[in-house]
Amino acid sequence: MNGPHDLGGQMGHGPINREANEPLFHAEWERRAFAITLAAGATGSWTIDQSRHARERLAPATYLGSSYYKIWALALETLLTDVDLVSPEELMTGHALEPSKPVKRVLEKDAVANALSKGGPADRPSTSAPLYKPGDHVLTLNDHPTGHTRLPRYAKGRPGVIEAVQGFHVYPDSNAHGRGEKPQWLYNVSFSGTDLWGPNADPTLVVQLDLWESYLEPVQS
Amino acid sequence: MHDHDDHGSELSEMTLRVKALETLLVEKKYVDPAALDELIDVYENRVGPQNGARVVAKAWTNPEFKRWLLEDASAAIASLGYIGRQGEHMVAVENTGDVHNVVVCTLCSCYPWPVLGLPPVWYKSAPYRSRVVIDPRGVLAEFDTVLPEDQTIKVWDSTAEVRYLVLPQRPEGTEDWSEDALAELVTRDSMIGTTLVQNPCQENPDGAAT
Repeated sequence: MNGPHDLGGQMGHGPINREANEPLFHAEWERRAFAITLAAGATGSWTIDQSRHARERLAPATYLGSSYYKIWALALETLLTDVDLVSPEELMTGHALEPSKPVKRVLEKDAVANALSKGGPADRPSTSAPLYKPGDHVLTLNDHPTGHTRLPRYAKGRPGVIEAVQGFHVYPDSNAHGRGEKPQWLYNVSFSGTDLWGPNADPTLVVQLDLWESYLEPVQS
Repeated sequence: MHDHDDHGSELSEMTLRVKALETLLVEKKYVDPAALDELIDVYENRVGPQNGARVVAKAWTNPEFKRWLLEDASAAIASLGYIGRQGEHMVAVENTGDVHNVVVCTLCSCYPWPVLGLPPVWYKSAPYRSRVVIDPRGVLAEFDTVLPEDQTIKVWDSTAEVRYLVLPQRPEGTEDWSEDALAELVTRDSMIGTTLVQNPCQENPDGAAT
């Protein structure tokens, strides 16, 4: 979706606010929002792609006006109600009003280190050969799906070159909508600054993105 | 400055809202309160850019490890024990005299947690995410980083589950430094690519004669 999260190339957001000796969290609620987001995610009730989509679906003014942990907390409310683990009334009151639903797992303290170490690899056994190889010239689709996608607007309809085959990875455009992992080949693709931004772009700029096979079509080099 | 510094009402609103959410999740037994504290402890006290600095210092001092890191970063980094969430698929990109690398996630906040910990606010913010892919030199200037005019700048936009670690250039004058001393020099931002590792202009902390 062409949401507020798709920021590459936007202007007017002002200077970068660096902070010396920045703390990991800027308020206690950020610390808690971080932890409940990870712990709730560990119940296995949604995928990482669904959680990204919940964040990018926030209203543009809300998304752009919120700190990142606020975005996480608001999206967590969306996810919990989307999958029916909590009701809107429960969110309002902050207390359980209905019986709990079964979840795949509850992350216990002693399992935290192991769960974090294991992570959630996105690669899957391949079921096809990659269409492209390093050096191949490709064109990205100029397509604007209303759902989740990881092809940023600034890189749509642009010529690029395959730099690496990254593996056979879960396809977010499907997985974010509960339509299955539908893994496919993932490539690192390079784009020249001038192809992305026009003749006045920095001539020394190259931007490299990881893009799924169905975002690409072949072109003759 | 951060959002909540400007808006006291947001701080209290979010404090209440997150507290309500946590209480509800605990009451419904979807989360274990002890696990919440443990999750925070991991990232506040155990995982952070000191991990990435070890990777960089080892690559600077051990050519075999550097080759491995550039070929198969996931395996090379895992050999030092830095594994897991948001670092499942690692790629290391090397800064050279010809190429400088910078990492961003324009679409969200993807960042290599096992080697760098949780990202700083600026990395997740609209000013950085919007601008670094179109005006990297302007962004780097805000970090007081000025590159040669003809140096290629590669900006890596983390659009998938692959996470990038910049291998900065080793500063001159550190040829006889130990891995431990070198690791002390490596900053978080140099591994994102917004700064360089600075020439320390000081004696070898190990005291070895040059």
